[in-house]
Amino acid sequence: MITMDGYLYYPGCTLKTKASDYEESAMAVMDALGKPLVEMEDWYCCGAVQSLTTDDLMHQLAPIRTMCCAQEEGENELVTLCDMCYNVLKQANKRIKDNPDDLETINEFQDEDPDYLGDVEVYHLFEVLKEMKKEIKKKVVKDLSSLKIAPYYGCMLLRPTEIAVDDTEDPKIMEELIGLTGAAVIDNPKKTECCGSYHTVNRGDIVEKRVKEIVGRAVEDDVDMIVLSCPLCQFNLEYHQRVTDFDVPVLYLTELLAIAFGLEVGLKKHKIDPIKKLKEKDILE
Amino acid sequence: MKVKRDLEFLDKVEELSGQSVNACIRCGTCSAGCPFVKDMDVLPERIFKKIVLGDKEGILEQNTMWICAECFTCSVRCPRDIDIAKIMEAVRQIVLREDIDKVDLDHIQNLEDLPQLAVVGCFRKETA
Repeated sequence: MITMDGYLYYPGCTLKTKASDYEESAMAVMDALGKPLVEMEDWYCCGAVQSLTTDDLMHQLAPIRTMCCAQEEGENELVTLCDMCYNVLKQANKRIKDNPDDLETINEFQDEDPDYLGDVEVYHLFEVLKEMKKEIKKKVVKDLSSLKIAPYYGCMLLRPTEIAVDDTEDPKIMEELIGLTGAAVIDNPKKTECCGSYHTVNRGDIVEKRVKEIVGRAVEDDVDMIVLSCPLCQFNLEYHQRVTDFDVPVLYLTELLAIAFGLEVGLKKHKIDPIKKLKEKDILE
Repeated sequence: MKVKRDLEFLDKVEELSGQSVNACIRCGTCSAGCPFVKDMDVLPERIFKKIVLGDKEGILEQNTMWICAECFTCSVRCPRDIDIAKIMEAVRQIVLREDIDKVDLDHIQNLEDLPQLAVVGCFRKETA
């Protein structure tokens, strides 16, 4: 079992390209913690958003096929980094487990592939990190006490309630993990508000309003950085600052952990350069 | 103004969403927590009233269900446990299944900048 030494990792479509900073830093951090992420031999794009109608089983097929891939590797757990993948895989898996008829229909449809038995569980990386607090603390070598950080959860880790990694209204998991690095955690009243999501494609004006509120609050609180884990939130919160005079880098939590561990990874694809601020604070040379 | 009642529309929304629209008590919790109401023509709870009345035409001319980004804030807060995101999805699907697209690839200016999951998500929610 991979899970004895590490975790079976589902990347999804964006982690290999636009969000490669996240994958690179997460892999480096998990290697440092002695629990490497091992990519699945085969996987399918999850579809990014959950199809919610009762009659739409077709769009549950890709997530369930990914569950089959894990099953074929002899695993019963898989870990995602992307919040949208987490949400879609977890909701699809729950729907199938709660509705045996849906599972039967999908298994009949995949006539040549092995049946999905419904035994795979989906986890987000934060749920793994939450169990490794002592190990994380031991790996911190940099002094980040001069950094003021606002955590941002967005939607997909917390809603709907059945798939939440923490309390839907007042989550603390990220505050606890950021706190391990020694950085100052700044309370963020906007931390569970939606960033505008896929409206970034054709209604950028909607996302701009959200960014003005969410990042604007961080600016009011004199925050140095926002930390999160969703590649879509990361893009929206940095990219749409271009219509403001804000200058707040938005880092993946694993990038922050990598900095704290003294690992030189990530920080390459940001629209707002975090390196300048980290040098100002004497955290990076 | 006289509303043309289409009760099949109510049935279809309830069938596709698996939710009881009549359970809504118009408390407005959904609208109070929605981060997008400023961009909506009509508040979510007003949409439910229109669904109950079978006012299909009155709903489809509004933008509310297209502004909803499926963030589930209303769904987790509804005191009547209505999964409101599923109702918005049902209304969207009734339109899209008539082979109507709400987004056009040719009109996206910054496609190369966009992360894949944004494009996949948008096209899943806004195309037939």
